[in-house]
Amino acid sequence: MDTWNYIEYGAWALSALFGLLIVIDWIKIDTTYTEEMLTSSREGVLEAMTEKHKLEGGDGTI
Amino acid sequence: MAQSDTDVDHTAHGQSMGLLRVLGPAHVWALGVGIVLVGEYMGWNFAVGKGGAYAALIACWFAGILYSCVAMIDSEVTSTVAAAGGQYTQAKHIIGPLMAFNVGLYLVFAYTMLEAGNAITLGFLVDTVAGMTGHEGGLDQRPFIVLAIMFLAWLNYRGVLATLTFNLVITAIAFCAIITIFLATSPLLGAGEMLHKDLMSGQASLPYGWLGILAAMHFGLWYYLGIEGTTQAAEEVRSPARSLPFGTLAGIMTLLIAATLTWYICSGLMPWEYLGDGVNGAVAPLFSAAQISGSSALVWLLGIGTLFATLASANGCINDASRAWFSMGRDHYLPAWFGAVHPVYRTPYRAIIFLVPIALIFALGAPLDQVITFSILSGLLGYTFMPINMIMFRKKWPLDTIKRGYEHPLHPLPAISLMALCSVTYFAVFLGYGTQLIAMIGFYIVVSLWFHFWRYRFVKRADQFTMPWPRPRGY
Repeated sequence: MDTWNYIEYGAWALSALFGLLIVIDWIKIDTTYTEEMLTSSREGVLEAMTEKHKLEGGDGTI
Repeated sequence: MAQSDTDVDHTAHGQSMGLLRVLGPAHVWALGVGIVLVGEYMGWNFAVGKGGAYAALIACWFAGILYSCVAMIDSEVTSTVAAAGGQYTQAKHIIGPLMAFNVGLYLVFAYTMLEAGNAITLGFLVDTVAGMTGHEGGLDQRPFIVLAIMFLAWLNYRGVLATLTFNLVITAIAFCAIITIFLATSPLLGAGEMLHKDLMSGQASLPYGWLGILAAMHFGLWYYLGIEGTTQAAEEVRSPARSLPFGTLAGIMTLLIAATLTWYICSGLMPWEYLGDGVNGAVAPLFSAAQISGSSALVWLLGIGTLFATLASANGCINDASRAWFSMGRDHYLPAWFGAVHPVYRTPYRAIIFLVPIALIFALGAPLDQVITFSILSGLLGYTFMPINMIMFRKKWPLDTIKRGYEHPLHPLPAISLMALCSVTYFAVFLGYGTQLIAMIGFYIVVSLWFHFWRYRFVKRADQFTMPWPRPRGY
């Protein structure tokens, strides 16, 4: 067994660690915040505040 | 539940937890070029195998025109659709829900398959390094494949700024490595070891004639595949109208330079038979060129460049696939559960997590060429949608109705050119991977039927259009 075999075990261990970090945080977030809050993102909200596109000769928006 | 003001956006629509606008044009560049640059380090040379070195150069430049059209069209449309999802969101606003659903799937599959391909390549690279350092009996590549995917997923989960700053650094190093080997081997500053005249004359000039040039177009896409991914950053850049066109167009210029230099270096150092064999010959041609140069510094630099380019590509793919999946969830094209944003890191965390096992299954269980072909074909279907999208966009919302951050020149010439080049590439792909092409189109037809007859009933039709656009002309 040489260094590379130890590196293989190290890679497995690190993979498990990163996976664990993600899963622990995921559970923590999903149990702390409401589903409504987590899925409240809406497309184009910033633009709605800052930009106004005008039709030539009109002002209708979708 | 305690929440600070920094956790939520207070908007005209009430409170919402959105993605963070923290990126600049350099990050957009890093996202686009980062995904693609691995194609310069490996893969493009299959084009040489299809038709010789000249065919690969012609394919490089024709594919360059195709992707320049893609970059220009994307820059114009995305500078007005500043939302995650990229071409999916464009299709939703401009064409309709069925096209949007398909384009969203093209994006997710193209990027997730490319991520899996990159992870497989990374495992191979580590195995090669182990062999070079005296390790006997081969290495188990699986832990390195899994580690690459898990580390990059974790990085993406933790925040977009760190993710794309990491991409910026490693992509810049990988690009500088190409410039360095060009300067070191070309007659400009280096020893002038190039043998183009000897290696590309007689039978070697065009070994399979004009058909070889056509066949080379399939792998010509490798030089630039993924630059359109810059649009996925639209909801996270500080100034979409300025940053997206700037980052995307700087990205395609970088790639045109990198692709041409790569071809010049490799075709001047290796015979086409060896260069064109990406399995038993030049697996990583730039690295092989460094070995031929005899400089150990160049070997190290190009080795690191290959590794960084592979990592940058997988990293950008996770970013882009998750944004597309997240957007489809947010619009209820997929379960709304996927449309969640992490309240601290402000990332689409459930979309990132969901795509991890899919990438792992393909990376550990599917052969590299099939994974990559699925990615290329999904990308190609996406490019075919773009000219239709562009023509409809200009027709429905002419230049005087929506303010663009960038207006692409000579419309509709780029759209027509893109459609023509896509048709040529379909034929080229059909020559080599006809069965896969037909199988994949069949797959997208089946999922389209599922969407039309079942899933679309869950889509909140009015809620999905929140961009403050004027009514389309004629409606």
